[in-house]
Amino acid sequence: MLSTFLQQLINGISQGSAYALIALGYTMVYGVLGLINFAHSDVYMFGAFMGYYIANSKIVQEQLGTSIFAAVVVMILAMALSALLGMIIERFAYRPGRTTTRYIFAFWLGILGAIFGSLLLKSTLGLVVGVVVGIVVGVVAEMAGVRPIRQESRLALLIIAIGVSLLLENGGQLTFGADPKFFPEIIPSRSLNVGALSLDTQKLIVLAVAVSLMVLLNIVVKYTKTGKAMRAVSFNLTAAKLMGINTDRIIALTFAIGSALAAAGGILVSLLYPKIDPLMGVMPGLKAFVAAVLGGIGNITGAMVGGLILGMAEVMAVGYGSSTYRDAIAFIILVLILLFKPGGIMGKGTVEKV
Amino acid sequence: MKRAGLWIVAALVLAVLQTQLSGWIGAYYYKIVILAGINIILAVSLNLINGITGQFSIGHAGFYAVGAYTSATLVTYGESSMRAMVAFLPRIGQDAVLLLAGIAVAAIVAGLAGLAVGIPSLRLRGDYLAIVTLGFGEIIRVLILNIDAIGGARGFSSIPALSDFFLFWVFLFVLITVAVIRNLLHSSYGRAFISIRDDEIAAEAMGVDTTRVKVLAFVISSMFAGIAGSLFGHYTAYLNPSSFTFITSFYLIIMIVVGGLGSIEGSILGAILITVVLEAFRSLSEFRLVGFSILLVLVMLYRPQGLMGTVELFRVRRKPAVAKS
Repeated sequence: MLSTFLQQLINGISQGSAYALIALGYTMVYGVLGLINFAHSDVYMFGAFMGYYIANSKIVQEQLGTSIFAAVVVMILAMALSALLGMIIERFAYRPGRTTTRYIFAFWLGILGAIFGSLLLKSTLGLVVGVVVGIVVGVVAEMAGVRPIRQESRLALLIIAIGVSLLLENGGQLTFGADPKFFPEIIPSRSLNVGALSLDTQKLIVLAVAVSLMVLLNIVVKYTKTGKAMRAVSFNLTAAKLMGINTDRIIALTFAIGSALAAAGGILVSLLYPKIDPLMGVMPGLKAFVAAVLGGIGNITGAMVGGLILGMAEVMAVGYGSSTYRDAIAFIILVLILLFKPGGIMGKGTVEKV
Repeated sequence: MKRAGLWIVAALVLAVLQTQLSGWIGAYYYKIVILAGINIILAVSLNLINGITGQFSIGHAGFYAVGAYTSATLVTYGESSMRAMVAFLPRIGQDAVLLLAGIAVAAIVAGLAGLAVGIPSLRLRGDYLAIVTLGFGEIIRVLILNIDAIGGARGFSSIPALSDFFLFWVFLFVLITVAVIRNLLHSSYGRAFISIRDDEIAAEAMGVDTTRVKVLAFVISSMFAGIAGSLFGHYTAYLNPSSFTFITSFYLIIMIVVGGLGSIEGSILGAILITVVLEAFRSLSEFRLVGFSILLVLVMLYRPQGLMGTVELFRVRRKPAVAKS
């Protein structure tokens, strides 16, 4: 009885630490922009897929084989690529509504052009031609004065986030294929027996990596100059700008860090549950957001605590209740927390000003 | 009197269309017309919350599902007893009674669901409301997945097929939805809705009971979503929880955003446009969805007010107010 409980506890903690890693991205972006970045869950998916392709790539397979070093390489590369994706999303989808930004139209028309081109010619040539035509049209239109609207409402930003999320999901189905793939076992699984408990080494590694990434983040945010700037931006964007902080750079960096953490989360979860598909981010993403709200959105420690509580609650409910209600638990927690303590566990109450 | 005449003419036109349209355009286009009608009801009703009252719900599919499943359950399990009650009617009349009973119950239950969701969550604002409605939508779907009597994950397939008079019913309810929401918009409640959208704090200061008015908007909107669900369920005679995920809610949002948040005509336009475009590019599968999401982003970046903004082309002509002495 007790050993089952302990077993569940460990499952809960490792599941929860993965949620926490994703929740950090939500909470950091919400801190600086006040935006629920719906696309974050798809960056998590992207991270897992990058991990999959890098681990299966010829160079890694031949040169590194299966080793801890290979796993680290896979992880860091996937995190870097996801960070890049996060920065691209911020630059071309969220920033135009905030400040004057160039080449927005060209970027989106380029993607549209790629789609049309590959549909019309069904070859790489078509894709390239489409991209070039799209970009040229976009640049010309921008020179002619087509500019994004400066946005006052956060609602518009939220809808953009939904749009980007749909784009990544469907784009993922297009490029990665809609059917599930199996994540390679980049760290071999072994069982450790501690008393009556059998511990999976993978779960321990997941936990260790997640915790060390969180510690690292805490050090960066608390003790570096960039971290200080991030805190300033999340405290008050305008004031931070007036104090000479390059807010656009800090916001981009926030997206990069959040996305890298999400990618790490994606790879760690894929180690435990190797089935990956382009829609895999949807549910964990929503749940991680719940975790962020649970801990108090905008609060980094809160996101970690929230993630752990949520993972634990879910694993326990599945272990001692019914697994079919698994997906509902997170939302029930969310509704309860918003009704009774809308600021979250670690959050501060906010006063509404006219 | 003039209004009643208009309704009778509209009903007659619809009845004639019902008998003729599928012959003119074929079964496939007939189906698209019906789906467009259902989407119009959904979009216009969602617009009441998102565009007119300025709240942000992304759980509309949940109420759509509640309506669809309630009505389907009622008609499936109560078919024989209800038919016995109206046995004197011809078959098509019996079917109409079944459908209307289903629609009425669907509207009531979906409205109650809206009330149950609205009372706690409408105290929240903006993004929090969005995420809670999303959560409720998902909870409803998970509940449906777990009820075996209505098919669970297999889908609800034993829904009796009603005789096909759906074009008539769907578009009759489109007209009713548009008329109700439009008249509501020009009533004192409508002004309260708009005042909440424009400035909630100012509205409260002016004496608008904001929470009550928001819940009212939410309930009315959910009722129409329930009606749409009922029509959808009986038209397809098969329901599956996967048709009611939050992706469905997202599409509805795209419709009202592209059409113009706050404009009823915009929602109608958006619903038709998106339904037709989605169907037209069905063969392109994922390509169309990628193109679609880019379209959504571009609309928000370059024309956040949508095609129509809050403009209505056909304005309600109002009688000049008579000053009371």
